[in-house]
Order: sequence, then structure tokens, then C-alpha cells
Amino acid sequence: MKYDILIAGVGGQGVVLASRILALAAMKAGFHVSTAETIGMSQREGSVSSHIRIGDDVSGSLIPIGQADLLLGLEPAETVRNLPFLKEGGKVLVNTHAIPPASRPPGSPEYNPAALLSFLCSYYPDILCSDFTELAGDVGTYKAANVAMLGAAAGARVLPFHEDILKAVLDAEIPEKYRAVNDAAFERARKCIRFISGI
Amino acid sequence: MSLLTDKKLLMGNEAIALGAIEAGVQVVTGYPGTPSTEALETIARYANRCGIYTEWSSNEKVALETAVGAAYSGGKALVTMKQVGLNVASDPLMSLSYIGVKGALVLLVADDPGPHSSQTEQDTRAFGHFANIPVLDPATPQEAYELTKLAFELSHEFEIPVILRTTTRVSHSCGDVEVEVAEPAPVEAVSEGFVKDKRWTIFPKLTAERHPWLENTQVQLSERFSELSFNSVSGSGKIGIIASGVSALYVKEAVKTVSNFEDLFTLFRVGTVYPFPEKAALSFLKGIDRLIVVEELDPYLEEQILQLIGKAHLPIDVYGKKNGFFPVSGEYNVDIVIDSINRTLAACGESLRLSHASPAVSRDKLPPLPIRAPTLCAGCMHRTVFYAFKQAAKQLKKESQTDTIFSGDIGCYTLGNAYPLNMVDTCLCMGAGISIAGGLSRTNPKAKQVAFIGDSTFFHSGIPAVINAVYNGADITLAVLDNRTTAMTGHQPHPGIGLTVLGNTSKAIEIADVVRSCGVEFVRTVNTVEPDCLESCVKAAKEAMNFNGPSVLVFKGKCVGITKPDKYYEIKPEACTGCGFCIKELGCPALNLAGDKPVIQDSCSGCGLCAQICSSEAIFIGGEKL
Repeated sequence: MKYDILIAGVGGQGVVLASRILALAAMKAGFHVSTAETIGMSQREGSVSSHIRIGDDVSGSLIPIGQADLLLGLEPAETVRNLPFLKEGGKVLVNTHAIPPASRPPGSPEYNPAALLSFLCSYYPDILCSDFTELAGDVGTYKAANVAMLGAAAGARVLPFHEDILKAVLDAEIPEKYRAVNDAAFERARKCIRFISGI
Repeated sequence: MSLLTDKKLLMGNEAIALGAIEAGVQVVTGYPGTPSTEALETIARYANRCGIYTEWSSNEKVALETAVGAAYSGGKALVTMKQVGLNVASDPLMSLSYIGVKGALVLLVADDPGPHSSQTEQDTRAFGHFANIPVLDPATPQEAYELTKLAFELSHEFEIPVILRTTTRVSHSCGDVEVEVAEPAPVEAVSEGFVKDKRWTIFPKLTAERHPWLENTQVQLSERFSELSFNSVSGSGKIGIIASGVSALYVKEAVKTVSNFEDLFTLFRVGTVYPFPEKAALSFLKGIDRLIVVEELDPYLEEQILQLIGKAHLPIDVYGKKNGFFPVSGEYNVDIVIDSINRTLAACGESLRLSHASPAVSRDKLPPLPIRAPTLCAGCMHRTVFYAFKQAAKQLKKESQTDTIFSGDIGCYTLGNAYPLNMVDTCLCMGAGISIAGGLSRTNPKAKQVAFIGDSTFFHSGIPAVINAVYNGADITLAVLDNRTTAMTGHQPHPGIGLTVLGNTSKAIEIADVVRSCGVEFVRTVNTVEPDCLESCVKAAKEAMNFNGPSVLVFKGKCVGITKPDKYYEIKPEACTGCGFCIKELGCPALNLAGDKPVIQDSCSGCGLCAQICSSEAIFIGGEKL
């Protein structure tokens, strides 16, 4: 078995935590796991991504081009930026909530999230998208968008382990203070995706 | 003690920490630096329970020397740093190799191919070679854990410091690690105390005596390394591949794209890279026609193997960086390794090729994407100070046609170079900004010189440069950006905070007092927390720049990464003219355009800088942050 997941987003969106939770769940399901995160300078509002490689063998932590089975995009432009990692027929889940860059240096292309989302749809018509930031905000805090996307992945049944494992890891990893709101974000997103995708 | 193995998800740096605790480390020192920082932080979490002395030292040289004292006394010590930190620590290290140690001394040095978060792409394997210090090079968190324990054993047995060298993809990779001890247990204090002996005092005569010992140790270590399972051979093909670190994993994945790879290739993975395990390498080279070398950064293995092939008169062609088959710089990945191996296969007339997966959307098919460079956080005090100096410099230019050159330094505030602030004209290494400003003042006497330095960097290596500026009368202005933490590496305490790594109280050293005692006559502390501070910051900046001789402004503020904001700002749409000045001037991530007018996002932490520059007075406090 081999299953590669790429999470893309902007520094501060909680990509590292989402990656850790998926890695722990994969381990609990009996697989080897290897992850690569963006830590350090680029965390400051820059483009960030996490590679999570799950399988029977230990491999290097970076996913080769065209091999990711699943792309979890926390932000539209960052999803598109990482699209070359996704394999043909891979699954994409996108948070449609756009984060415009803090500044637009001369020569930086204009950000048009709608155009990028339709670009995504043209290559991956099965794409599942929703405003997970708003969804998380509705249940308590926009900061739980990362956990909402994990719920969405569970709802879409695109993870190589049972959602109960993911849920157990989530409960163990999130401090009690924030557990209720994260649980709510997870559940709402899971149900929402199940409804959209008709599974 | 019962041995209960346990499987944990560990970051490479955490695995190293647990390995060190199991090896019985007693003293741990270091200076934060990406990607090395979490090793010491992990040990600090167990320090009280396990009885381990742990400190963030003021810089890497001090950290190494502190660890050396512990190791001279028979203790086991670990020092952690990033690759450029090793440059700072290189003075004691170069001498230490002659003196050796007694207990054990291991240096964790994290390299950063790419680089992701560093000034250089230097290769610590080559540094170990230069310094005659053994280097171990793990590929995974599991190996990092095991090689840490081996490093302590070797250091103790051979009485020599040992470098555990990692790269970003090992230190900052998480993986499942089988650890021998489920929960770290208290370490046994083995130090017998310092025993007075001539061997601890370096002197030309002693160095001359020790040099043959040092060279002989390299030979012995090479022999020992040839027996270790960390250097392993797999496959039986005529095409040899030698690799170390994470590159070896990329090779394994790359060759698997052909079905009979084990008949075509023989892979030699080197885990103990310096001294080069020559005997193991020679036995691997038997039956090899052609050799491919896969390694990030320097052609270190390539030089070692070329030398060996020459010495042994072997008829083997070598394909690597030196003849242009592999990239000489940057981080590798499976795709780069596949392309490079394919180039070598083509060059030696093989019809076989490794294959890539083809993505549905290749990079060249992507639509234009917005540039998203790292930037200062919303509400960061550095933005206020940079903006204040920008205004002060503009005024001086207008009043007296005086130009200003801004020298930066290493930390979050290096991001002051980004658009639209553009406030960093030079940046070289930790502490260099102050001395570079001094040098610039000698050759640009008509321009004003301003140097920016962070609080932690000031203590790291800024002080000697301040002393030099006073001693030699350099006409410079130093702006210390005191946000009360080492922010970029994840908010570590430093000598100015009054807290140690374990959270214990210590004497907080006042930066203003330090520069005053260095002889600086113009010293002022400036507040950056009040939401109306911009004017006073500009005024202070101008006065300091107009002062003849070294002047220092200590800008006191807070890091929004670790403090809770108390308020947020809002824009009154009816008052806003939509001029966009706030966005264009500040580049604050909390300010975005919604339609034709700016709005302030949730990430606002209430610094009030935008409100102070809005000519329509459209920005006001929106409320308290709960």
C-alpha cells in the first residue's frame, strides 16, 4: 500500500497540525509514515505545504511530481500551485476561502480566486469544494478550517484509514479547551461533504 | 531498567533528543536555528524529570565551549545549532579536535539544502572532513535516533567530538520511530569531575604531539565505520550508486520505477560519511562498471570515491556533480534524481530509463499565480520601526539631500527587505549589520548609516560590533528591535528576557545598559506599543541619525506571535476614500482590498500603524479583542 497526501495553504492556517493528525492516524492504522513540513521563515504568511507519505515502506518525505493521491487545499491559489504533485485521477478538496497576499510586488499577477477555481474544475471535475473557513467560523472559529478539511476528507471517504481512527487521534491531540469547537468543525464539514458528494 | 520498545511519531529533531537522553546526556546547550531548534526544546521538556542541565546559550561558540567544559569533566554533552551556527562555533571546534574530550561531546548540526531558511548551502560533511571530526548522516528520523546513540558511543570511546549532521528533510520530517525506551528515564550522572591534567591546555607543543594522534584516529574510525550496518549495500547490478542522507531514499524510490532494478543497480548507502568507510566502499566497488554519486550540496562522497578509485587503480567511470550530471546546488527530490540518473544512463549508452509519473497538470500549464512571499505578521512592531525610519530618511533627504543606507541582520526583521517596505539594503550574517554600517560610513561619508538588529541577535554577536563602533568612532545609528523573544526560530528566551529555557527566572540584561557601558553616548529607549507611537518613533530616529557618532535606539515592543492582542481596528467605509495608501505603504497581511476599498481582517492585532498614516482618518479602534 502507498498513499500520498499533500496539504497546501498559507502560513498560519494550521497545515502542520493537520499533517500531524493525518500522520498519527496512518500510524495507528499500522502504516509507515513520513512527512515534510514547511517550518521557519516561510511560515510568516508565505506559501506552505505538508507532504504526508503513508505506506508499507519507509520513503523520503517529499512526494514526487504527479504522485499524490489526495490534495487538501486550504486556499485556492495554494491548491493550484501544488496541483502538479497530484496524480491523474487524484482527489482534490478545496477550501474556496481566498487569502490575498499581503502585498502585491510589481510584476505579481492579480489574484482571481474564481478563475483559479474554475481552472481546478476543468482538470478535476470531481473536485469537492466549500468555504471551510466560513464553515469553521459558523461553529466557533475560522481557525478550525484545517480540522474542518480533515472532516471533509473523512466525509469524502478518501483517506486510507477509517474515520473513527482519525476522530480518536483528533480528540487525543487537540487540547481540551479547543476540542468542542474542533469537533464541531470536523462534524459539520464531514456531513456537508457527504451531502455534496452524495456518498 | 526494562527495555520496552515503543513506536512514536517523531520529528527528526525529537528523535535525536530521545536518542541523546537514552545515551545519558547530562548537559545540553545550543543556540536556536532552523532546522535544528526542536532538538534542544524537546530535551528541555524532559530536563527536570531526567536531571539534564539544558540551556539556550548566547551564541553557538559559547554553547560549544560550555559543553566542552562538561565533557572535559567526563560528562556527556550535546550542542545543537544550524549549519551557519557551526561557523560561529568553529574557533573552539578546530582546537578541540586536537585536545579531544573525556565523557562524550556530540554536535547536532542541521544543514539546509535549498536553502529554506538560511544564508548558505554549506555542507557540514565537508566541514567535518576539514576539522577532522567524524560525521554521521542519517536519512530518516529512525536513523537520526539510532545514529545519535552511536555518536555518543563513538565520542566516548575515541575521546573525540562527533558531529551528527542532518538536513531539513531529516530534522523537520516526521516519521514512525521505534524507540527502545518508551518514556525517557532519569540519566545516570557519570561525570567523575574535572581532573587536572596538561592535556586540557592547548599549546603549540601539545598540538604538535596530538596531531599524529588525531590523524591516526581518522584511520581507526574509517576502519570501524566499514564494519557498521549504517553503511549498507543492496542489489547486485553492474551500475553502482553511492548516496548518503535523504538522497539515498530518493535513489531507492527512483530505481524502483524499473522492475528489475536489483539486477541492474547496486546501491551503497553511507550513514557514517566522515571518515569515509574505505574498506566497505572498496568491497562495494568490486563488480561495479560505472558509478553514480547522488548527494545534496557538496560533491563530498564524489571526491572521496574518486580518490579511492584512483588509489586502488580501479577502471570505473564516475558520474556526479563534477562532470555535470547532477545539480551542484539546491535541494534534491525523487524527480531530480530520476532525471540525473537518466542523463548518466544516456551518456554511457544504456537504453534503460527510469520513469516519472506524469501529472494531469504540469507546472508549465498552471495559470499565473500571485506571489506569496513570507512577510512580517499583522501588527509586528518591526513594521512600525521600519516605517518610522523610512519617514525619517525621507525627511532628511528632503531637508539636506542626505541619503541613508540601511543594514539589516538575521531574524524576522530580515523580512523588512520585502516590498513595500524595502528597508534592508545589506544583510550578511548574525551581528554583521552594525559592523557593515561602520564600514559603509568610511566609504560613504555623506550618507547616514542605520543598522537594525533584533534583541536575541544583539546578544548573540552584536556587542563586539558596538564596542568597535565606539572605539573607532563610527558615525552610525543602531536600531535594536527588541520584541522580547527570539521570534523567527519559534520564540525562544534570550539573555534580555529574564527567563531560561526551562522557564526559570534569571537576571534580565538591559540592552540600553549594555550599550551605555560600551561607551555609547546617545542611547534612548523608544516605545512601540502605544497605538500613536509612530510620530515619536520618527522623531527619535531622526535625532539619532543626526547625532554625530554612534547612537543607539532600543525600540521596545512585543511579538504578536506570543502575545494576545487587546484590540482591533476597523475602516469606516463612508470615511475611506479608497486611496489604498495603507495597503501600498505597509504591506500588512491584515489589510486587504474588498472591492475598491480596503478592509481589515481578523488577523489585525491592533498596532494602529494604518490608523496613524490614514489621511482621511477612516481607521479607528473597532473594539476589544476577547
